[in-house]
Amino acid sequence: MDLEYGPEYDAFRKHVRAFIEANSHLAPPSADRAARPSPEAVQWQKLLIEHGYTARTIPKEYGGFGAEPDILQSRIIAEEFSRARVPGGLANQGISMFVPTLLELGTEEQKRRWIEPTLKGEVVWCQGYSEPGAGSDLANLKTSAHVENDEFVINGQKIWTSTAKHADMIFCLVRTEADAPKHGGISYLIFSMNTPGIEVRPLKTMTGHAEFNETFFTDVRVPVDQIVGQRGQGWFVANATLGHERGMLGDPDALENRLQALIALMLEERMGQARAMDNPVLRDRLVALQAEVAAMKYNGMRILSNSLRGEPGGMAKLIVKLQSCELAHQISALAIDTMGELGILYHQSPRERDGGAWQWNYMFQLGLIIGGGTAQIQKNIIAERGLEMPREPKPGKSSDAGHQTAGLAQHKQGAD
Amino acid sequence: MDFGLSQDQQMLRDAVSRCLADICTLDHVRECAERGNPISDKVVRALHELGIAGMLVPEEHGGLGMTLLDATIVAEQLGYAVAPVPFLASHVLAPIALREAGSEAQKAYWLPKIATGQAHISVAISETIAARDGAAVSSAEGRLNGTALFSLDFEGADVYIVADAGGRLHLVGAGASGLEPIPLTTIDRTRSVGELRFDGAKAEPLADDGGTTTARLRDAGRVILAADSLGSGQAMLEKAVDYAGQREQFGRLIGSFQAVKHMCAEMAARHEPCRSLVWYAAHAFDAMPEDASLVACHAKSLTGEVHRFVARTSTEVHGGMGFTDLLGLHYWFKRIGFDRQVLGGPETVRAEAAALQGWTKAA
Repeated sequence: MDLEYGPEYDAFRKHVRAFIEANSHLAPPSADRAARPSPEAVQWQKLLIEHGYTARTIPKEYGGFGAEPDILQSRIIAEEFSRARVPGGLANQGISMFVPTLLELGTEEQKRRWIEPTLKGEVVWCQGYSEPGAGSDLANLKTSAHVENDEFVINGQKIWTSTAKHADMIFCLVRTEADAPKHGGISYLIFSMNTPGIEVRPLKTMTGHAEFNETFFTDVRVPVDQIVGQRGQGWFVANATLGHERGMLGDPDALENRLQALIALMLEERMGQARAMDNPVLRDRLVALQAEVAAMKYNGMRILSNSLRGEPGGMAKLIVKLQSCELAHQISALAIDTMGELGILYHQSPRERDGGAWQWNYMFQLGLIIGGGTAQIQKNIIAERGLEMPREPKPGKSSDAGHQTAGLAQHKQGAD
Repeated sequence: MDFGLSQDQQMLRDAVSRCLADICTLDHVRECAERGNPISDKVVRALHELGIAGMLVPEEHGGLGMTLLDATIVAEQLGYAVAPVPFLASHVLAPIALREAGSEAQKAYWLPKIATGQAHISVAISETIAARDGAAVSSAEGRLNGTALFSLDFEGADVYIVADAGGRLHLVGAGASGLEPIPLTTIDRTRSVGELRFDGAKAEPLADDGGTTTARLRDAGRVILAADSLGSGQAMLEKAVDYAGQREQFGRLIGSFQAVKHMCAEMAARHEPCRSLVWYAAHAFDAMPEDASLVACHAKSLTGEVHRFVARTSTEVHGGMGFTDLLGLHYWFKRIGFDRQVLGGPETVRAEAAALQGWTKAA
């Protein structure tokens, strides 16, 4: 057990800290995740790339900083920005999911054309995966394309396309091979959101906001070379990005920050003369959550050490999405309980706390428990991949159904 | 940066695990539990051969001078095997008490005896956490009066280390006049606790340090119990998964039903982060004393909650068989129950954790 990063990394940390101190006045307020980056955010992003605090390991020729991958350096950067409550680099779907996919599976031309403007926030992407009939069972997607004059002609509907309203481009799963089996008939297409035949309708959620959209395609024509990977390989290509999304939703620093906000709230809010913190039941719930957040933090350090040794994350990693989303939701729930009747205030009401953020979080985090692979799908993955339990027999399949052990789970992540 | 076990620690884990798998079988556990004396001489001897007895005894006193993290590795394996051997008090709390609060003479006398297994020391500090039934020990002029409940690793003790009402620790010989040791029978037949009644029993105090060492014993004890719970919980999770992969109903393995699969996934998801928390808490005890009490509380309360869930869920996955004595699953269930209650249950340690952070209003 060695929790020291070593002198070289301590120096690096000082360096990062000095940068944040000197420049944090330039940082934009934390961004609305569904909106286009503001001009300040774009400037900030540029500055961060120049100093290697975002897009750190992406090669220079594609607009990144070009550093050798170093997990500890990346970790230190994340820690320091989180500690200072200063937004790090842009983390939209283009940067977090599409860019890694292109780096892994794109052609040289695609990398040169798309990565740099995406990193700089000049090109905003949305993700076209889920459909009304293809959520957890994502491979059941029905949006289809046939080829006419070297063009895909796309028809169908996507849902949960979060940035669609502001996006320039979409990376989209489309069934291009009508006769191929379920997983083998899908292609990963990229095209402009200005292409004729695309209609975006905001999807209002329980929060009262439209964080997502529905996107409809009617005879949308896309040149056949706007594809990542080969025709029919889209499922494989998409799985590369879904792995990145899972990482995105389980950030231990984010949990720690929410917990600190909850602690501050419980010390601040009064019930009569007493602080909310003086209520022994609320306090007990707080400490119980604190223990869980601590466990997830050290679990994260263990995953980090595993990757430093080149070992797979194993069970420690498989559980992160399920546990982190659940914990985040419980933190918000306790905050609302702490506020009592004040906890119901919303929609810019007088006496509302923190701009209604706790209620918004409480609802939105339920969305995160469902999205990015539902809690139930996560449990299938933990059971089948992590514990190697027998797979669910498929209806109408061979008689030894339910006797096979899962080598690779058939269930993949669904939703936005 | 390396969050995890060193190679030596992994070797220690594997050695203890192999040793226990060979000799501490369920049949053997059952035999020990059913005869009323939970100590397996065979397992004790085998563990002594691995050097377990002297793990926390400093090298200058004939021990191995290892860390609490090393001890948690052993505790986890003992929990995994529901091993009927003394460890928590005799091999962890006693050497820590003596090395941190013993006089030179006390150290020189007792520590080598712990390391060789010649002395078996039971430790009673429960009253410094939450006294039950009015139990309390007072000390005056080298004599103890009152009652201490839940002296740990009670069976076969030659000497007791007892905390008085002021948190000061005392050594009392098992044969002292004015001492009546009374065994208590618990759900967990793989470990032993007892009551000590003092009526002017002669005692030898350890250092008067304002309760500092007693607090250290609480921290260490909680981490060790958390580690034991981790091992027991791991075993129960594995047993549930194995059973679900063998048992058929409705023409299918029950493990292929999502209802069963999700029970196992929930166990795994809640259990796995506990491992990192226990490791961190053990490391903090040796390397980061300012964090140690808080994370010991967290490790104790979280494992207490999570493994109660694991214990009942694993039993349910086993269906009716889980409820019988035939499978012996209840030995782990009860071990987890013991780990949860002793040295402060979840609510008690969470209240302490809140106080440590200044969140409790001064009365």
